[in-house]
Amino acid sequence: MADRKRPLRIIVAKAGLDGHDRGAKVIARALRDAGMEVIYTGLFQTPEQIVNTAIQEDADGIGLSILSGAHMTLFPLVVEELKAKGAGDIVFFGGGTIPPDDAAELKRLGVREIFTPGAPLSDIIAFIERECGKRRELVG
Amino acid sequence: MIERPADYEHQHERWRMAASAAPRRSGPGSGATDRTISDIPLKELYGPEDVAHVDLARDLAFPGEYPYTRGIHPTMYRGRLWTMRQFAGFGNAKQTNKRYHYLLAQGQMGLSVAFDMPTLMGFDSDAPQALGEVGKCGVAIDSLADMEQLFEGIDMGSITTSMTINGPACIALAQYVAAAERKGIPRRKLGGTIQADILKEYIAQKEWIFPPRPHVRIIVDMMKFCTEQMPKWNTISISGYHIREAGSTAVQELAFTLADGFAYVEAAMKAGMDVDSFAPRLSFFFNSHIDFFEEICKFRAARRIYARRMRERYGAKDPRSWQLRFHTQTAGCSATAQQPLNNVVRVAYEAMAAVLGGTQSLHTNSMDEVLALPSERAVEIALRTQQVLAYETNATNVVDPLGGSYFVEALTDEIEKQAEEYFRRIEEYGGVIEAIEAGFFQREIADASYRYQRSLETKDRIIVGVNAFEREGSEKDIELLRIEPHVEAEQARRVKEVRAARDAAKVEAALAGLKRACADESINVMPPLIDAVNALATEGEIVEAMVSVYGRYTETPQY
Repeated sequence: MADRKRPLRIIVAKAGLDGHDRGAKVIARALRDAGMEVIYTGLFQTPEQIVNTAIQEDADGIGLSILSGAHMTLFPLVVEELKAKGAGDIVFFGGGTIPPDDAAELKRLGVREIFTPGAPLSDIIAFIERECGKRRELVG
Repeated sequence: MIERPADYEHQHERWRMAASAAPRRSGPGSGATDRTISDIPLKELYGPEDVAHVDLARDLAFPGEYPYTRGIHPTMYRGRLWTMRQFAGFGNAKQTNKRYHYLLAQGQMGLSVAFDMPTLMGFDSDAPQALGEVGKCGVAIDSLADMEQLFEGIDMGSITTSMTINGPACIALAQYVAAAERKGIPRRKLGGTIQADILKEYIAQKEWIFPPRPHVRIIVDMMKFCTEQMPKWNTISISGYHIREAGSTAVQELAFTLADGFAYVEAAMKAGMDVDSFAPRLSFFFNSHIDFFEEICKFRAARRIYARRMRERYGAKDPRSWQLRFHTQTAGCSATAQQPLNNVVRVAYEAMAAVLGGTQSLHTNSMDEVLALPSERAVEIALRTQQVLAYETNATNVVDPLGGSYFVEALTDEIEKQAEEYFRRIEEYGGVIEAIEAGFFQREIADASYRYQRSLETKDRIIVGVNAFEREGSEKDIELLRIEPHVEAEQARRVKEVRAARDAAKVEAALAGLKRACADESINVMPPLIDAVNALATEGEIVEAMVSVYGRYTETPQY
């Protein structure tokens, strides 16, 4: 059984061809400052690479950032990949320029939360601590 | 600049006493009143003592005269307004062509092409990497067939076109030339600009293909080609816009962009070009952010620094080589998804800063761009914002109206000084490419963007509707443009059809010729690229051929 006291470990990911990494880097740094272990994947990852990284790193959560408009394609692919690899318990959330209707649809498909530009870092940190904390309770 | 009265010092002291006793506001947004958005310290009041060192002839001069602090033209907007140039592109070439006809009918003066991500990264629409991205943040252009459709019914010989593309810029330029020539318009008549600024891709925007050194060689080839064959074409638009959007400060935007510009100048000179043969057609592209005075001073400082360097260090003799001409776009990163209608107001202030700073052309962002590609209604308001500024406010009728302001001159100087400090640090690395390889720019920008985000968290800074004056559900205030999912499938089919219908042997021969040019620095890549495009080689195929010689770049992320 994993040590519950070890810091939360979060993958911050960029997928597809989208080079907008300002938000992802700010989040990565804020999570690190909040005491989490952060692995930033770098740019241009496939959904498969992201999920593999999360599993190999024994991550508690994945945060995916997309600002290119490809969110309705790439977010569901990560959800499917997580399910296919039996890793559906990993808390999958994301952010970017995502219109409200799309965000609602993505949440229906299994993305746990979508943060749009302007979301306070403190809200994102609180969400991760709460949801990944619950997962630790269940999964250990 | 203004004669001081005999008891000036006494009066100044009296004000200091009164000011120090006066209350200061507290609460949200009050934590950062003593500095600009880029953390440049601000005094409460500026006076003659802050500009005592300014030499009118040396530092300001007259508009149209070296060092051009007050503008590059003697009469600025009395002579000619800036070019209102709205960046547009979405879906396929046919859809975007329709938007161009609409914009031209509404009084826009030039076109500006936004390409989609696969096109910008050198992938065809049917490549696995393109999945979900086709036509999403710009128009998909795979081959000459698409480029021809994009300009259908538009006189390429009379309009000017700006193309925002970098990694595959040489391919887009070849497609543009080929499309025009098939309509009977010779390349020497084509006017416009291609961004082709690869250095800022490694620094900020991340749309690279090859490693920096071969990329810079291709740009020098483009500069040579345009100098010889396309006299009306601006070969490169050295861009700070994306550096700012990535989270830099105003000074970083200015310093890194000018440093990139100087790196291209040095590369071209090293390749044997005379500085005055190409420098008059270099242009710049800056961001106009929400800190009004800081932006105006940034533009003024940019002109002065550039003029001095071009003349003093590079020995340019043609005054046009000293003049920094620039396009401006309002700051996408200042727009908010919350209460999106407020973005119209932000854009108006940012546009005014650009005009008071002396821009040559301007794109005003649409209010909905933080949520989606702009709708036609949002685009119209953005263009009208420029027209109100140009025709109603009278801000255009006096050249450099803020010149001589104690504050504006002092801040212009401070920005110049801080930029010079960055040039020194970049030189310590050995140059721009070396500083990129060391992660210097990337780290500086990541630090600045984190500091800024922190100042929002603490509410030292306020963004209306985001960390103050919020209203739930305000993202739904406006209707958004949606790109139909069938666009991707159609475009993927179209590129397959192009491949099936062409002469395969011709494509193969053209790509072999291109590879030879890539491997041999004495052969300019542009002519074989135009051959490949005319043979209907797709962008993805051309990029693959070039990657087989140059390889692909990968970065170590800095955060």
